[in-house]
Parts: sequence; structure tokens; C-alpha cells
Amino acid sequence: MALDGDKQEFRVIGTRPNRPDGLDKVTGKARYGADASAPGMLHGAIVRSPHAHARIVKIDASKALAMKGVKAVVTRADFAEGQKGGDWNILENCMAGERALYDGHAVAAVAATTPFLARDAAKLVEVEYEILPHVTDVDAAMQPDAPVIREGAANYSVPEGMHPNVVRFIEFGHGDVEAGFDAADLVMEQSYTTEATHQGYIEPHACLAQMGSDGRGELWCCTQGHWFVRRMSAACLGIEVSKLRVTPSEIGGGFGGKTTVFIDPVALALSRKANRPVKIVMSREEVLRATGPTAAASMDVKIGMTKDGKMTAGKAVFRMTGGAFPQAPVDSALACAFACYDLANVQHEGYDVMSNRPKQAAYRAPGSPMAAFAVESLVDEMCRALSLDPLEVRLKNAAKEGTKSSAGPTYPRIGLVETLEAAKAHPHFTAPLGPNQGRGIASGYWMNWGGETSVSLALSEDGTVTVSVGTPDIGGSRASVAMMAAEALGVPYEDVRVNVVETGALGVNEPTHGSRATFATGLATIEAATQAKKTLCERAAAKWGIDAEAVVWEDGAAKPSGPNAGAFPPMKIGEICAKMGRTGGPISGHFEATPMGFGGSFGTHIVDVEVDPETGHTKVVRYTVVQDAGKAIHPSYVEGQFQGGAAQGIGWALNEEYIYGEDGRLQNPVFLDYRIPVASDLPMIDTVIVEVPNPGHPYGVRGVGETGITPPLPAIANAVADATGKRLRGLPVSPPKILAAIKG
Amino acid sequence: MRYHKPASFTQAIDIASTSEGVTRFLAGGTDVLVQLRADIVCPDDLIDIKHIAGVDQITKTPEGGYDIGIAVSGAQMSEDAALAAAWPGLVEAMDLIGSTQVQGRATLVGNLCNASPAADSVPAMIAAGVTLTVAGPQGSREVKVEEIATGPGKTTLEKGEMVTKVHVPPRGDSGGDAYLRFIPRTEMDIAVVGCGVNLCLGGDTITQARVALGAVAPVAALVPEAADILIGTTLDETTLEALAEAAEAACQPITDKRGTVAFRTEVAGVLAKRAAKIAYARAKGEAK
Repeated sequence: MALDGDKQEFRVIGTRPNRPDGLDKVTGKARYGADASAPGMLHGAIVRSPHAHARIVKIDASKALAMKGVKAVVTRADFAEGQKGGDWNILENCMAGERALYDGHAVAAVAATTPFLARDAAKLVEVEYEILPHVTDVDAAMQPDAPVIREGAANYSVPEGMHPNVVRFIEFGHGDVEAGFDAADLVMEQSYTTEATHQGYIEPHACLAQMGSDGRGELWCCTQGHWFVRRMSAACLGIEVSKLRVTPSEIGGGFGGKTTVFIDPVALALSRKANRPVKIVMSREEVLRATGPTAAASMDVKIGMTKDGKMTAGKAVFRMTGGAFPQAPVDSALACAFACYDLANVQHEGYDVMSNRPKQAAYRAPGSPMAAFAVESLVDEMCRALSLDPLEVRLKNAAKEGTKSSAGPTYPRIGLVETLEAAKAHPHFTAPLGPNQGRGIASGYWMNWGGETSVSLALSEDGTVTVSVGTPDIGGSRASVAMMAAEALGVPYEDVRVNVVETGALGVNEPTHGSRATFATGLATIEAATQAKKTLCERAAAKWGIDAEAVVWEDGAAKPSGPNAGAFPPMKIGEICAKMGRTGGPISGHFEATPMGFGGSFGTHIVDVEVDPETGHTKVVRYTVVQDAGKAIHPSYVEGQFQGGAAQGIGWALNEEYIYGEDGRLQNPVFLDYRIPVASDLPMIDTVIVEVPNPGHPYGVRGVGETGITPPLPAIANAVADATGKRLRGLPVSPPKILAAIKG
Repeated sequence: MRYHKPASFTQAIDIASTSEGVTRFLAGGTDVLVQLRADIVCPDDLIDIKHIAGVDQITKTPEGGYDIGIAVSGAQMSEDAALAAAWPGLVEAMDLIGSTQVQGRATLVGNLCNASPAADSVPAMIAAGVTLTVAGPQGSREVKVEEIATGPGKTTLEKGEMVTKVHVPPRGDSGGDAYLRFIPRTEMDIAVVGCGVNLCLGGDTITQARVALGAVAPVAALVPEAADILIGTTLDETTLEALAEAAEAACQPITDKRGTVAFRTEVAGVLAKRAAKIAYARAKGEAK
């Protein structure tokens, strides 16, 4: 599984063929979550709490059930009892138990014969609430007088004396930070905040559930990982995992937000009760109120630097809230905070805090963008204070192979220095700026992931190839997997079809998350192809009457390994496959593993902004992403990931935010007021693919999906500071904040 | 809900005035249909007024003004070269609303009667001095645009009354208008502040002026104090600063998810200056 060497000649890898799913997607034929239907299907609607925190006194569904066409109402009583830990949290989020914990929390659900009927019936479900005090701000939630979200939710890590809303405490580091600060010429400490933002995938969650009379169920849904959906839904229903079969639809974006469940167990419970298939499709308002945005963060960072730019110590204290449940990504935020720097002395402290917000879900490099905002903003501020070039300072302190990382482990081969050098060499870095314009740079990191992976590769009678994978294609992975299979087998790209198959067809696959699909599914595909090639060689050897070891596989054909093996003409894959039924049976390859050779990806971004000094409006005038891909299998889709990450990061930096009112209700659950950048807000985002191969993948793949959202937050803030002379330490840096800073 | 497709204003008024429940007029539907889907309103009588003769026409009047039918879309206005040349500020204000798809449906009267303080076309119409014919069971009357909205979602229209025609006055010589809004993005957003300015010149001197602000008070409104500052000047720097001050003084904004009181007030002054400069350049024939 190791890298064969840096100088590999590729035939397919690195080319840019059309994606196999592209035509159906642009012509409207592709089937997404809401496109599923079944005979006799009902439509589900969810009753949601209008309160940020309330005890559910009574639920009376009699009026709803009396409506013609209403077939079932479920409440928490219709789900499993006795879960613990993560399963309990998922169930509690899908359907509230004793208390509604945030605005939009599901408290009941209705199934009826039409969507409008279900909606009207949901309005007739009478829920009596006793309103409780609420808290939505992370710092306020840690104060002694803050309302307690849930007693006893803290784990072993939390020191005594902390507020019960602090449910995890994290501490790690190395060296002696105080000594490091003493050795510095300049020590600066600042506090930063970022608001929760939503992944903003264009496709709202949707599913169709059908529980059979025998207690077995089927689920069709839009997800990044159907094995996760199967396990979580089975736990919520209280049935064995293998009683569910889950088939993924095409997916209109996820960015981490579709690695968990919100509506799937509810649709299954309604189906079980109504004994009919039930479809649930979320509205955008439901998506924003009740699916996982990322965490909100409050962060303190302290850095020591010598006057020539050497960083002597770094300390990060992060507080994050991921809503009314544990698991705000404060741990990964801390692990990424100083990942770009070779620091002898580094200390991290993290607080995972509960509040009356929806349960956070993963969002593209969870935690890392906030961490980068805090650390890279302070590094920039210190460079300005010492009149040093921020890129040179980053180069001077850059982590490289052999550096003990801030998170602990020693880095294998990584590409941070290469991205910094490429950024420095890019014409953007030295291009002149216009009036009211400023330039910002920042670097960022994501560690990437391997994860449980199972792939089958089967050869057809004509020698064409079918690959069955368990990772939904969210960013062009069918194309990249087909390219890797074609490369490994020596066949044309067009001869490989990649199918994303259901949970019954393969062993457990983790979702398409952690930037892992091209790395892990790709690796498994190459290994499965290697197995198939071995069998192909054996069949040729048997035909020729020579040892299998004397046959090699080249250019899609078996060949004698040399003159001594015999003078047989090459036997093409199609020839062997045409006769496979009579020469030993079907030929396939299969591979499964939890590959651990994943390699982290670093990126450096350059951005120019123009700030209107009279209104505080920020226009992004030029943007360049430089990132290490390891090896770009399909460069267009790598560039697309770079651009997509930058676009989402720009939105997070400039205008996106969860806005809560005094009443704890979300004020902007609509795209009119939850301000994602529109196309005309962004310039063409330039990309530079750096390739420092990952030693843990046969072709050097690192995974590229997440790192790109990490540098934009600080890069934009640094550019705004450059343009205006004002340092803003709270995101988003929206026009009212910028104008207030300019006006002093 | 009953859907009606009247063939005349008389029929439409009859349905609306005799309805015993909630009524809504449907032209482009870019507000009503969204509100229906979002469960904000469920009218008992939905009266589709697109099929009344002439409602889709833009007509030049003998005096040189324009009568705009109540179902004329934003796209139709933008494509009418003469109207766009005469009243670029008004046409641009309408064109700022929504997407290309929305432009194919949305109407001036819908934007006005939805009575959002942030409606983009309304300050531009007020600045332009647009008037309306309002008809109802008691007959018809002529009304100024600024007399329609009384607060968010509320209008002076009585039960059974409807706007039947929009009258844009003649442009005349040496006139120009402009509308600007502030949004944090570049399109597909709602005005945090909007400002319309309409000027007539005698030589380089402003002889007539109208200034209207949107999204800084419960209703879009004319700001006569701001207009008075402009009249008799050549829009020099001192005048522009005084204009900004007058615009700021006229603001009664709120702090909400879209902006703060301080921000809206400050930006109202900035937009008034910028819109006045554009209107002035247009009036002088130096800009389109």
C-alpha cells in the first residue's frame, strides 16, 4: 500500500475526463432524496418547538388524528428507550423527550396522505409548554447563573467547580510556554469570536422510509454515509442494525452536515406506526433551525515572537458550543490551531459547552476554520507590529517532515512549505493594490481521515469493469475512483462504471467525510484491482500452460514476463473475461480495511479585498488558493474543492451568521437573511495545486475537500485590516461592524 | 381558498368587496405565492388580476408620461427602451428586485402593496412623483405612491379597493433620477437602506428635487427637507454634506438582523449623496 515512488508515470491519473454523473445532473435526470416515491406513500411533517427551552407538559394529537387522511402521529414514546451516550443524543435531537432544547426542536410528527394535509395536521397537534430560561451564547452559558441545559452531561474530563454546561474539557501541549513567552521580544494575546454558520447545502434533507410487517425496513435517503444512517436509525427505533437496508440517493451537497440523521428515524417510526411508506422532505427553514450548523466559538490566543519573526510559544484557549448536546469540535479546533507552526512550546485548553442551539454537525474541517481565524489573525497582527512579511514569518516557522506537531505526533512528509513557496511565487502575491484595497494571507490545515472502507470490483464478460463503493459521490468521486481503477487495470476510463451501492452490498463504509473518499475508497479500489489482475494473470498462465509468476499485467493485457516465459501474444482483458465462466468462474477483486496512511493537507490563501470606506461593504477582488493535494487524480475536481472551500469560507468571514433574538429564536432561517455569497459576490477563484505525495497512498493522494475552508476566515480578516487599518476579531466582519470600526 | 380570474376591474372589485374572508390580489405572485407556501397567509379569495384587458401594457401618454399596467413585470419595464431612458432610476430600482426569474413576474404595484419598508421600487416611485388610480366599490380616486403604505404590511386601501393603473409623470427636459440601495452582497438581497433622488435642472442649477428613503422607517417616505437643500444649488460639496445630514435626520430606523440604527442612518446619508450625484449627471445628460 506504500507509495511506489515520486516519479510515477500515469496514463489516466491527472487527466480531466467528464464525470460519469454529470450529464444526468445537468439534465435533471439524476434522482435526489426528494425524488423517491412508493405506492401508498404518506407524507410526514414535523411539529417543532417555537421555544428555545421548554418543558413539554402535554402533547394532544387528537384533533390532528381526527382529520381525514391523517394516518399516524408519533412522539418520543414511539421510539426506543434505554439508549446511552451518542445514541441517546441522536434520538433526543431527532425527537425531544421531556424538554425542547432549542428553537425548532422536533416534538412530534404527523403522517398524512398529502404534504399540505400533513402540514395542516401538524399545526393541530397541541403541545403545552412550560417555558424555561435559555442561553444561546457560549460565554454566557459558562457563567454561574446560566440555565443548566442538562445535569450530569459532563464527562470525566471536566474539573470540579465548572458549570454543568461544560461537558468536556481538553488540555494538551508540550514544552514550557511561560519560558517561551519570556524568550520572546513581543507577546500578544487577543480574544476572537466566530458565529455558528450552516453548511448551506442546496438540497434539503429528504428520505423515504418503509417498515415492513416483519419488522425489517428500507430507507432511501440523501446522505453522505448510509451505514451511519443505518446504525443511528436502528438505534433510535430499537431494532437490530441488519434489519434496515439503506440506499443513498444522489446528494446535493453535505459538507459534513449529512453524516448524521435528523428525519430518517422519524420517517421510519411514522411508517412503522402507519404501516405505509412515509416520505419526509425538510423545508429550508427546518434545515436552518433544526439541522446541524457548526459550533459558535469564543477563543483566546497568546503568541510569543522574537523581533526577527521566530515564534517562541503559543497558547490557545477555546470555548465552543455545539448546541444542546456534547461534541462541539473544540478538540479538532485545538489540534489544528498551531498545526502550521514548528513550536517548541505550545499549550491548548478547550471547553465544550452546551447551550440552547441546534445540535452541531460536522462542517468541512470541523473546528479548524475558527482556530485558523484566531491564530492566523494574531500572527498577522504581530507581523504588522514587528514590520515583518507575514509570508516570510510563516516560512520561518513552518512545520515540515520531522517536526513535532502542535498536536503531538511527528509529521511525516507534508507540503506546507511548498504551498508557501508557491504562494510567494504567484503573481498575485506581488500585484499592485488599488485604492481602499488590502491584501491578506493565511495558512490552514486539516489532518484528513481514512475510515472503514469496503470496495468490490467485478469484471464483466466483455472486460469492462464495475466498481461497487460505499461512499456517496459528493464531489466527483465516481470519476476519481473510475480513473484509479482504469489506471490500475490498464483499461480506458470509459470502461469503468462506479456504483454507489446500498448497505446490503458491502461491508461497513464510513461516510464520505474527512476528505477520505478519494484516499480510502481509491486505495481500496486499487487494491481490489490488484487482486483482479492477479486472477487475470492466473487465467492467462493456465491457458498458456506456464507459471502464473511468469505472467505480468501491462496495458490492460496479460503478457509473458520475458523471453524465458514463452512467446505468447498479449491476452487482452476482454479475451480473458469472455471465457471466465469456463476457466474458473467470475473474476473480481475485493478489499476492505481501515487505512491509516491518510496524510494531512496544508493550504495557503491570498486575498485582495476592497472596502467601501463610507459603507463598510467588502468586495473580494482577487482570490488565490494554493493547496497540497498529494496527487490530484482529477485536477478539475480538486480545483473545484479548493474553490468551494474558499467560497464557503468567504461567506463565513463576511456575512453568514446565526442570529438569535432575545427570545432565543433564530432570526434568520431563510437564505434572504442567512447571507451565503451569491455568484456575483465572488471573483473567479484562482487555484494552484501543489503535489507533495502522501506516502500512505499508492498514487500519493491526500484528500483535498476540507483544508480549503480553513484559511479564508483569517485571510479575509487580515485583508480587511490591511485595507482599513482596523482589526476586527469577531466574525462575520459584516458592513455594520466594519463601518463602526472605521468611524471609531 | 377560491381562485378567481376576473375579466375586468369591475368584476375584481366586486369579488374583493363582497368576500367575507381574507382576500389577496394575484399579479406576479412573487410575494403572495411565497407567503402561501410559507403558510403566512391563506386567502379565502385569491383574485388573479393578470387577465384584465390592458394590465400588461406600458403606454406613453400624450403629455409624455407613462401609464404602466398593474401586471407589467420588471423585465418588461427594463426592456422598454424609452421608459428606461426617461426614468432610469425607477427602472433600475424595479430591476434590483430578486432574480431573473422573479423579474419575469414581479410588478410595481405588488411591490408597493406588499408594503415592505424595504421595497426597492417604492422610494424610486416616490422620488419620481408617481401617482396611482385606485378603484373600489365607491368609485375611483387618484393617489400618490407615498400615500399607500402606512406600516409594514399595511396600506390605506379600503376593502374592495385596488390599484388599477400606475402613472409615471412626463420626464421633461433636464431631468434625471437615480435609486441606490445598500445590501451586504451584490444581488438577491433585501435593502438595508434605499434612497431615490429625482432632479430637474435649469442650466446647472437644481430647480426641482424629490428625495425618498426606504428601509429606515416603518414606511418608505419623501424627505422634503432633503429636497429643499438641493433646490437652488449646483450640488456642490457643501450641499452634498447638508443633504446627507438631512437624510440622516429623517431616519427612524430599527436595529435588526439586517442592520443597526447607526449603520442605517450613516448609510442613508451616503446613499443620498451618491444617488443625487447620479441623478444630477443624468439630468445634465452626462450619464445614462
